[in-house]
Amino acid sequence: MLNHTDFDLQCTDLVRQFDDFTAVDQVSFAIPKGSFFSILGPSGCGKTTLLRMLAGFDDPTSGDIFIKGKSMIGVAPNKRPVNMVFQHLALFPNMNVSENIAYGLHRQGINKVEIKHKVEQVLARVNLSGSGEKKIAQLSGGQKQRIAIARCLVLNPDVLLLDEPLGALDLKLREHMKVELKKLQQEFETTFVYITHDQSEALVMSDQVAVMNHGQFQQVGDPQQLYFQPDNAFVAGFVGDSNKWSAKVMDILSDSLQVKTVSGLVLQVQKPETKTFIIGSEVEVFIRPEAIHISPMLESKVESTQLQTNQLHTNQLHTKVNNILFDGANSQLLVEEQTSSEEIKVKLPQTAEFMHLKKGDKLQISFPMQQVNVFPKIQDK
Amino acid sequence: MAIKGKSNTPLKLGLLLLLCPLLLWLVLLVILPQLTMLNISLQERVAPRIYEYGLSNYIEFFTEPLYWNTFLRTAVMSIIATILTLIIAFPISYYIAKMLRGRAKGLLLVLCLVPFWVSELVRTYGWMILLRESGVISSFLQYIGFTEGPIEFLYTDATIMLGLVYSSMLFMVVPLTSTLESLDDSYIEAGYDLGGNGLSVFWHIIVPHAKPAIVSGCIVVFMLTLGNYLTPILLGGKSSLWFTEQIFTQFITRFNWQQGSAFGVLLLSISSLIVWLGLKLSRQSFSKVMS
Amino acid sequence: MIPSIPQSALFKSSFRIYAFIFFTFLMAPLVVVAVFAFNDSMFPSLPWHGFTWDWFFSDQEPMLGLFHDPQLYQSIATSFLVATCTTVLAVALAVNNAFLFERATFRGKSVLYMLMLLPLVIPGVILGVSILIMSSSIANYFDDVWAIDIELLRPGLTLVVIGQFAFITTICTLIVAARLRSFDLSLEEAALNLGATKLQAIRTITIPYLLPAIIGAAVISFLMSFENFNTTLMLVGSDSPLTITLYDRLREGATPVINVVSLLLMLASVVLALGNYFLSGRKSTAE
Repeated sequence: MLNHTDFDLQCTDLVRQFDDFTAVDQVSFAIPKGSFFSILGPSGCGKTTLLRMLAGFDDPTSGDIFIKGKSMIGVAPNKRPVNMVFQHLALFPNMNVSENIAYGLHRQGINKVEIKHKVEQVLARVNLSGSGEKKIAQLSGGQKQRIAIARCLVLNPDVLLLDEPLGALDLKLREHMKVELKKLQQEFETTFVYITHDQSEALVMSDQVAVMNHGQFQQVGDPQQLYFQPDNAFVAGFVGDSNKWSAKVMDILSDSLQVKTVSGLVLQVQKPETKTFIIGSEVEVFIRPEAIHISPMLESKVESTQLQTNQLHTNQLHTKVNNILFDGANSQLLVEEQTSSEEIKVKLPQTAEFMHLKKGDKLQISFPMQQVNVFPKIQDK
Repeated sequence: MAIKGKSNTPLKLGLLLLLCPLLLWLVLLVILPQLTMLNISLQERVAPRIYEYGLSNYIEFFTEPLYWNTFLRTAVMSIIATILTLIIAFPISYYIAKMLRGRAKGLLLVLCLVPFWVSELVRTYGWMILLRESGVISSFLQYIGFTEGPIEFLYTDATIMLGLVYSSMLFMVVPLTSTLESLDDSYIEAGYDLGGNGLSVFWHIIVPHAKPAIVSGCIVVFMLTLGNYLTPILLGGKSSLWFTEQIFTQFITRFNWQQGSAFGVLLLSISSLIVWLGLKLSRQSFSKVMS
Repeated sequence: MIPSIPQSALFKSSFRIYAFIFFTFLMAPLVVVAVFAFNDSMFPSLPWHGFTWDWFFSDQEPMLGLFHDPQLYQSIATSFLVATCTTVLAVALAVNNAFLFERATFRGKSVLYMLMLLPLVIPGVILGVSILIMSSSIANYFDDVWAIDIELLRPGLTLVVIGQFAFITTICTLIVAARLRSFDLSLEEAALNLGATKLQAIRTITIPYLLPAIIGAAVISFLMSFENFNTTLMLVGSDSPLTITLYDRLREGATPVINVVSLLLMLASVVLALGNYFLSGRKSTAE
């Protein structure tokens, strides 16, 4: 077993059972000091229950929670060295900014002079010096965020819990706050546990991300690992955008599998090292739109260097453009493979060579078999 | 390792602490008094200071025409007053909720509330000044030459009705207005857009939407009217024949508590019965209507 | 029907006329009460004998002004006392009830909630009478068995307070509970999370949030108690609150001094109620 004190927060075999429903199922993890840890999962996956157990608003059915090596079982929420940024921030409307920040300090019985000093200090650190007298209603969305965080950080918690605090913000502000939160975390060197259903928030900010579904951690890893080496079909489908097909294994070669999707598209995929497949077993295959290479205008253009490199790709498909989904840098093509009519999403780079693409154009696409992820089909619960 | 839940004792204790005052109040001041009244109503006097259980107080009610006539009259007039209040209040609520905007709307709504803040006694006194023989309306009619001598408007059923409708108005206007306000204009617009006319939009869109408020308004008005005392006494005088007056007479004037209690139980029963019927017919819950 | 749908001018103006008649009907009795407070006559009726302040300030019979009429200002003081006691009791229990119904879960809660609403269905006269019967029964029992006369249980101000408290509590509970229902529980959790105990959290966060409703309930309670007649009539003893005194005067034959009292009563309640209305209105829009 790991030494508890190496970690700010550690959970062992945590279970939370409601009447006939297991919200959190045998979750174990350990978060090293000073890191930004995210729990990513769809709504109803149990992440909120997990967070509420960490804060002490709910008790685990079994398992244990350690903060700085101390078990938190039976410790009331107001006695735990964790603080929480609530989903809707829960800033006290009857108090101004300073009073909100001072609230926890008052409860600790610290003297007024010191409180005043600490409040000013933390306000400066979140770049809101001089806002102490403002009413909560006078603050902008981003300022409220920072006050909610300052209110917790002023208490020097061992762990800061954040319950989707960016959910209520509009898109632009959310993008901005992601960066700001990350900076604040690095500056305060506090361990952050951040729960969200938004993969972009998790990927951008975190050192480590746990993907959660049906009460269990599906995979824990750094953002790159989750993105490029998903452990299972759920993670592959949940993190990032993918083409996803149900398929059957047709043939097994030395280093690859040949699979055929339901509509008849045949693909070569790399044989995963960790899993074994038999011919005829049902699988799910994933390929990211940006991993697909487009070769423009087969018939007209000179097919020199480009085609040659493409020849290295195992999967070569002849397609026709069905739709162009223009979205700036995120533009995509929907192309149809000609023999199977399978529709494939392909990232469309906004470069000059593809500017003239239009509906109905013939297109060759290709991708290496290493880019295709294959997993045994998961049975839906 | 972990024990499920926190210790239950402080929670139970807290609940008990909250529950005690409520139960004391409910049992001592609301439930027990009613039960005592029921108990007393079932006692009949067999000799001075000697009582036995029996139904004679209720039999007395049914055999003495004055009593059950008064009872019926009170119930029927309360129903009429409820219907009149609804008919008069609906256009006003609609006017405030849907035809006015901004400041005028708030002002008129507050104006509707004003009489409620003033004691019922004062309101009724105002009507007496207006309606009596030497009152304002009578004097005005003489002044414009409409009539020779003074006219007494007080002490008629119509006057009682006027007073009842007046004092109930608020309890109809407020729920109606807030419900009508919650009806999105676009439903009415859609009704017209789909070819409806004023009448069909009224019947098929506005009335169904307002139904919960109509029911709760009617129930509250009916209860208040049935239990009203001041208005019938002051505006109806000796001829008012209102059932609460009978109760008062039995208790305070005749000191016949057994009879008075029987009347009280009867009034409470019919009030509850009609409220229950109203809820059943409209399929609403008591808690929802009251709050 | 609504401004966006074209209507004939006749339709609109008939609504306007109706509204005008309606508000005349609503205001007429209040206006005449006010106006005749200033009539220099022994009777609150026409003809108009000229304007006077005598019914307020005169110290001579027969036109004894309100401020020199000990019976009237005594009864105002009595009403104040009763209303204050009732309000304190009713609001305290209302806050208690609100927490019970909005926070606690226990078996039989919905039944208890229905019972809590019961006083709204019981006519005031019956409520008064039934409390009178019960308290007298208890008093008689003590008198018969132990020969102790418990004065408190005989008609008098204590019973008046008890009777008013019995039904005003329900109204106050509804007001406070509605506010507590809209309270965001995560605020209290946040307080716990920041190190407050449960009681501290309620004192520093929840109660300040409830305060507008508590004040509102207190104002309503005070007004209802001050103006209550039906329940009071059944329970009153020798000290009569204002409404009872006014009622007696009305039956004897009213003089404009009653108009003066009524006018002051109207002004006070309208000021109190309007203040409460706008205060709570502003509060709720600010949040």
